[in-house]
Amino acid sequence: MLADKDRIFTNLYGFQPWNLKAAQARGDWDNTKDILAKGPDAIIEEIKASGLRGRGGAGFPTGMKWSFMPKEPPKDQNGNPKPSFLVINADESEPGSCKDREIIRHDPHKLIEGALVAGFAMRARAAYIYIRGEYIREAETLFAAVREAYDAGLLGKNAAGSGYDFDVFVHRGAGAYICGEETAMIESLEGKKGQPRLKPPFPAGAGLYGCPTTVNNVESIAVAPTIMRRGASWFSSFGRENNKGTKLFQISGHVEKPCVVEESMSIPFRELIEKHCGGIRGGWDNLLAVIPGGSSVPLVPGHMMMDVPMDFDGCKEVGSGLGTAALIVMDKSTDIVRAISRLSHFYMHESCGQCTPCREGTGWMYRVMERLRTGDAEVEEIDMLQQVTKQVEGHTICALGDAAAWPIQGLIKHFRPEIERRITEHSASMQEAAE
Amino acid sequence: MPKLTVDGIEVEVPAGATVLQACEAAGKEIPRFCYHERLSIAGNCRMCLVEVKPGPPKPQASCALPAGEGQEIRTDSEMVRKAREGVMEFLLINHPLDCPICDQGGECDLQDQSVAYGRGASRYDENKRAVTEKYMGPLIKTVMTRCIHCTRCVRFSEEIAGVDEIGALYRGENMQITTYLERAAKHELSANVIDLCPVGALTSRPYAFEARPWELKKTLSIDVSDAVGSNIRIDSRGREALRILPRVNDDVNEEWLSDKARFQVDGLTRRRLDRVWIRKQGKLQQASWEDAFAAIAKVKPGSSIAAVAGDMLDCETMFAAKALLKACGSSLIESRQTGMDYAVSSLSAVNFNSTFAGIETADAILIVGSHVRWEAPLVNVRLRKAAKNGAKIFIVGPEWETTYPATFLGADVSVLSKLPKDVSDALKDAKRPAIILGGAGLAAGAHDAALALAAKFKMVTPEWNGFNVLHMAAARMGALMLGFAQQGGIKDLAAAKPAVLLALGADEVDFSAFEGSLKVYVGHHGDKGAHAADIVLPASAFTEKAGTYVNTEGRVQFADKAVFAPGDAREDWTILRALADALGVTVGFDSFAELQAAMIAEVPALGAEGVVDYGRDLPKGDVKADLGGEIRYPIKDFYLTNPIARASETMQRCSSELLHGVEFAEAAE
Repeated sequence: MLADKDRIFTNLYGFQPWNLKAAQARGDWDNTKDILAKGPDAIIEEIKASGLRGRGGAGFPTGMKWSFMPKEPPKDQNGNPKPSFLVINADESEPGSCKDREIIRHDPHKLIEGALVAGFAMRARAAYIYIRGEYIREAETLFAAVREAYDAGLLGKNAAGSGYDFDVFVHRGAGAYICGEETAMIESLEGKKGQPRLKPPFPAGAGLYGCPTTVNNVESIAVAPTIMRRGASWFSSFGRENNKGTKLFQISGHVEKPCVVEESMSIPFRELIEKHCGGIRGGWDNLLAVIPGGSSVPLVPGHMMMDVPMDFDGCKEVGSGLGTAALIVMDKSTDIVRAISRLSHFYMHESCGQCTPCREGTGWMYRVMERLRTGDAEVEEIDMLQQVTKQVEGHTICALGDAAAWPIQGLIKHFRPEIERRITEHSASMQEAAE
Repeated sequence: MPKLTVDGIEVEVPAGATVLQACEAAGKEIPRFCYHERLSIAGNCRMCLVEVKPGPPKPQASCALPAGEGQEIRTDSEMVRKAREGVMEFLLINHPLDCPICDQGGECDLQDQSVAYGRGASRYDENKRAVTEKYMGPLIKTVMTRCIHCTRCVRFSEEIAGVDEIGALYRGENMQITTYLERAAKHELSANVIDLCPVGALTSRPYAFEARPWELKKTLSIDVSDAVGSNIRIDSRGREALRILPRVNDDVNEEWLSDKARFQVDGLTRRRLDRVWIRKQGKLQQASWEDAFAAIAKVKPGSSIAAVAGDMLDCETMFAAKALLKACGSSLIESRQTGMDYAVSSLSAVNFNSTFAGIETADAILIVGSHVRWEAPLVNVRLRKAAKNGAKIFIVGPEWETTYPATFLGADVSVLSKLPKDVSDALKDAKRPAIILGGAGLAAGAHDAALALAAKFKMVTPEWNGFNVLHMAAARMGALMLGFAQQGGIKDLAAAKPAVLLALGADEVDFSAFEGSLKVYVGHHGDKGAHAADIVLPASAFTEKAGTYVNTEGRVQFADKAVFAPGDAREDWTILRALADALGVTVGFDSFAELQAAMIAEVPALGAEGVVDYGRDLPKGDVKADLGGEIRYPIKDFYLTNPIARASETMQRCSSELLHGVEFAEAAE
């Protein structure tokens, strides 16, 4: 279990005020100038050495992502240098995820300081924090915290006395899940309809307003100053090889005490639940299935999950993914088909409608799922649904198509007998009625 | 120049080419809906998926993927076949499949590609989506349930037309394409989205349920509604031209067409002159050809005969008229009906020298007296491209709504004598400066000043010719090449008091100046010219005769005959040939081929298609001290500029609805 001294988010539960004074007492903004004095390349090297992988779900090494940003600003058609931007993804809309919210409302200065450190490292002119529209109080806190930082001279001209000019802008979204996709977020920031862009060009080449841009998750940015202060070796002392550091786990569903908790990576699933959540409701035998990384990853049956180390590779081995480490725990009272059907509805509702497979496929999948829920289907339709998910997966511009397909694939893979049972029962009852 | 292999065929493509282009270079057909050469890449239909190595183990959208050195592309693998089938199935699940009652049937990309790449049967058992009807104006018929959301129409409006009019509402499967607030699409290129739409979501409203494409005879022709000379295809059935579509010509109209050129076609069957009329006691009465020729011969005009050419004439007709007058001993010929009298001694001084494709590369453009959007919508498209490339554009004349950033310098031409500093600096610093002089500028007397400015800012160099005159009449450059002009313009004709005035499709002439003349109108529509005439001889419209046209950039183009003229109407040259017999003179041709040969013998440039070289020497101009006068654009109503358009119900409706805000009730739907 992670010792209290090793926690990065020391005010995760809001026992102390969020404001600058309290944050400074917790160690934020402590000699940020010295961190910046190491220079951009040294910061990127340190982050690389720490083994930090992106906390937004895909798990791309953060330091490497930062290093893709150009060292010399590219020129526009008139020969003027283009600025670079950091975009911080606080559009936390994944069902099950709720970690960025805790950071923003209780520890916003970690994020703002991280924005300066990361922005400096990638030679960005400014950071845009795109916060989810429904996070109203959180946005208020963030606006106030940014104001405080400006007033204290930590942002703006000569940010934190470093001689570097850096601005942070907070932008509120309007409630579209797809705006959490990095290029859709850039489109939305530019004032357009939130639809993912084609890649290439990647944002590091041409992103916000056509300038080099890096999009990072709130947690990835917020941990950066602490890594710089305590050193890469400290951070990498947690977790398994290739899955280093500490991580905010968000456990919801049928556990005794659902919570958000910072733990070291690679903690076994059972240990995580036992230590922080008081175990499964009704005991371990009552565990039906777990979605380990937010709604976009396939579910894993409970018995397979027990000893899985909670990290990127561990979850991958059981055919799922760590995602945002938003664990949705389901006990045997769950109507599992209905649960996945509900997720399908979510993806149908949130598909941006730009490209064909996702636009048409998500609705189709949801409608078939609804019939499978009631059993009003043929057994062959299970295979058809599986094929339809395969036709969506990997054929779309962004990953929403994959995210819509995976939960259903997971369901069919692990709970096919349950679906077949419903179909048989339904057709039997229809036969009875007809007789 | 990356080298790659497509299905084992090695191809080399220019740097920056996409994988889709590489596949086409290798002769492989790639199905697509959203991709269009002239629009930005959207990559959203996912139909063009191919397998690419090296790369992720999933199919990639070839339209958006840059071709790279050493790539191995497969378009025939199992993965690609499955991907195409999958995307096709998705496109069809919510498509109504109402092909039998869809106007796109037979020329529908979705139909063709589903035959070629589809699964053959659907597995979709749920209810299909339906979309409420959207109103897009009198030209575009919408059945949005058929829409496959390729966004070509959205991109066309934004990128080519420069009007943010069409967009997508809502998201996911509820996404709908619509105009802003469901108002009519209002710009003069709106109907091009009909051609772009790969399915039957946007179809032609006037042409709805008229014909199937396989019933139509297709004739290659040239548009005469403006001086651009757009390349068109006339689709006809029997004796009726049913619709006009653009042809691809990168030098002229690319593949667009103005709404007027496209939809004035229904005017060809209305208000037609299909009989000979002679005015007796102030009223036009039916007569025979013999009576008409006898009546003209009775006047015994001798050499006192004049001819005015209209705006839509082909060169052959004008040459035949010129030959007739020459045989009579007269040289009273004029084509500038409205009374303009600019100098025509140098044709390069009245020509669009930069060419349409060339003007895209200009970096500073001064427009003098031209409402380009209405006078030449497709030139406006080129100007928009120039502006996008960074050209600075300045306009002298009353303000109109440009589709690109432009600075208006005032409505009076006197501004040319003292150009503001930023304008003269921009023109001076430009590598390819250009001036575009419109009809209103010529009328305001700015020709000399424009020539002087061209010299001052070195607009003509060995590599670049930036002096341009933008005409509005399809016949104008041809007429000037044939010498159909007097020094003093039409005033010279009136002053000569001719016994007979031949008005060849001339409807904009002030006939009151020809009080004492016998006015013979040779034309195809009962418009202003026929009203003023003493004798009306029915002739052919542009769809009903072959002919040569020269557009405002001096480009010679040939048009074919699509249909026969109605009733007693004849081809124009045969009328003039018969008139020569009636007047007892010899013109020297008995067939169209002889006429053409005689014309080419006199003006050899008319014998070959392509841009005529008028030389680079411009006459010296000067900015006169008394230069001044307000610029008044001659076009008051874009949709009603010529007799055909004025007779067209579609154009009349466009005029009242789009320009005058009249609301029409939908016929009980």
